[in-house]
Amino acid sequence: MPTLVVAAHGSHLNPASSRPAHEHARRLRATGAFDTVQPAFWKEQPHFREALRTVPSEEIYLVPLFISEGYFTEQVIPREFRLAGWSGWESDGTSAVAATLSAQDTAQTVHYCGPVGTHDAMSDVIVRRAESVTGDPDVGEGVGLAVVGHGTERNENSAKAVRYHADRIRARDRFGEVQALFMDEEPAVDDVTDYFESSDVVVVPLFIADGYHTQEDIPEDMGLTDDYRTGWDTPATVDGHRIWYAGAVGTEPLLAEVVAERAADAGAEVNDRLRTEPERSGDDTVSFC
Amino acid sequence: MDRDPVEALAKAAADGVEFDGLSARLDGERLHVATEGSTTTVAADGTLADLPAPLAASVTNWFYWDAIAPEQSAGRAFLRWLEGASEGEQSTVPERYDALETGVSREWGQLLLTARLADQGTRRYEVRHVDDQDVPISELAVKTALDDATAIARRDDRDRYRPLKTAPTLPRGWVFPDLGPDAVLSIVGELYPATIENWYREREGDLDVTHYREAAQRQTGRYQSVSELPSEALEWAAEACCVDPECLKRREWDETEDEVLDVPRGDGSFPCREPCSLFVAAAKEWTSLEDEATRTYEIELTPSERDQLEAIVDAVADGQTDQIREADLGAGANRYRARYLRAKRFEGDASGAFEMADGSDPSEEHTTE
Ligand code: SF4
Repeated sequence: MPTLVVAAHGSHLNPASSRPAHEHARRLRATGAFDTVQPAFWKEQPHFREALRTVPSEEIYLVPLFISEGYFTEQVIPREFRLAGWSGWESDGTSAVAATLSAQDTAQTVHYCGPVGTHDAMSDVIVRRAESVTGDPDVGEGVGLAVVGHGTERNENSAKAVRYHADRIRARDRFGEVQALFMDEEPAVDDVTDYFESSDVVVVPLFIADGYHTQEDIPEDMGLTDDYRTGWDTPATVDGHRIWYAGAVGTEPLLAEVVAERAADAGAEVNDRLRTEPERSGDDTVSFC
Repeated sequence: MDRDPVEALAKAAADGVEFDGLSARLDGERLHVATEGSTTTVAADGTLADLPAPLAASVTNWFYWDAIAPEQSAGRAFLRWLEGASEGEQSTVPERYDALETGVSREWGQLLLTARLADQGTRRYEVRHVDDQDVPISELAVKTALDDATAIARRDDRDRYRPLKTAPTLPRGWVFPDLGPDAVLSIVGELYPATIENWYREREGDLDVTHYREAAQRQTGRYQSVSELPSEALEWAAEACCVDPECLKRREWDETEDEVLDVPRGDGSFPCREPCSLFVAAAKEWTSLEDEATRTYEIELTPSERDQLEAIVDAVADGQTDQIREADLGAGANRYRARYLRAKRFEGDASGAFEMADGSDPSEEHTTE
């Protein structure tokens, strides 16, 4: 069975940051589809530098639990995992699949996969998130969906990933309207109600973990609350629209399947056990306020 | 146990077996088994019951390490170390079994690990906080899953997030009472990631140490500046972060291979092979603070107030503030004393607070990011 290492950011300050990595690892272990599932972190332990030596197999599938291609996936992870011969995926910014490299540290073969955030199956996770937050498995008709990202200021590819999924979901004709919105560029999430005619709008931030952006900035910017510390209603009424704010998409249990898909696309023989009905997120994961 | 250990041994003995003082050789249908002081021959399809007790112990011991314990070198070496079976340790298998009957314990950071003998030589392992050594199991929360270890490692006894897993702040009150060999390695790996692997590399003489200057050189983006941290400040930084009261790893990195830091390395069982991410983040802060030039200030304090400032710095640096009782007004870092000092010296009219010796405004000239 294949061995999986899930590379995530982690945090020195916020325990919620590494939670998706731990929880998806737990889900994937429970499927029995992998021999070992080991999370690794940039800010926590095991650190990227030391994670490979904790997994005793010669061949490893390394999946970045990141939203987009960019600084972390292209510079930090290959450098810290000591992947010899890394020269980038051939990618237009959202199309990375995998590169097979050798780890200098351990001589293991590493199939370095594209980030979860740009996988096609991520569109399904966004939709699942909309279902979870509204409690309606058929949500869509007459409902607006906003996919929210940082914008280009930090990383051009992160905006690409947001638009990519918004376009794909729009093409399915399931939701009344679909928009890509951003924190630091137009169209801005602050003006969310200007961009939708539907009275119900589901807002799904394309972020891996809940933290400062998803639990403080975005809710305040959209006017869900004046002070994030006091929390907000789901749905909350803003300018006559009902806003269903989902919190970080990365906490959705279905994301575990995207991690597995990434490994499978890189050649991992992932068995069928993965195809069991995944759990759905409960209301408690929607907001930690 | 599916197979009888004797049956398994007979199979392996075709090529000869030498392990922990046991030798076994297959001669047609006869299996010759010997340890120091005891020899016997049994039928190749015999069972454990055919062997005298000391030999049976050596055979189940072989079976455990051959068929049940993990093959992976670091984990295996760790489990052998745990029960005092490392190379160079002279105990015989019967002596080891005697000890394992009651349980053999070792400390690993703040963990107390105990190996015990179970059925037919199988080992079972217990993990608990070392300070819970004498607490009855009935008073501890019984844990079984890897997730439990993830949760334990996340917060300290004051429910504060632990960004550094090897900080000596592991919470108490739990026990993993009955783990198999693979599970105990996973639990230790979750509580103290990569410590077993690095300990093993060190024992084998191939720990890959990355010293500060090299680690700093590698940093990019927001952390690029850390290569400018002055040598003297690096000493202070290691004293702030890496000593035993702050981190249980034993620091093996220095400024460079030739420029050794004076700060004690610590007595931990497992090595630190390069500055961790928390250290690098702290170094970034100190690099920018070290950019500021010093100035001379003038402040009027009584001798007791001077001592009190020192006591406050000590109490904060040693994490002692919440141990100072509310009404312990004799302690310099007592909250009322600190509030009194602030009211007297640091509030209101600037005349009481620090003044630049040259009379200029101390709030100017801050290097801010
Ligand atoms: S760098 Fe210092 S604080 Fe960090 S793990 Fe090593 S010894 Fe501990």
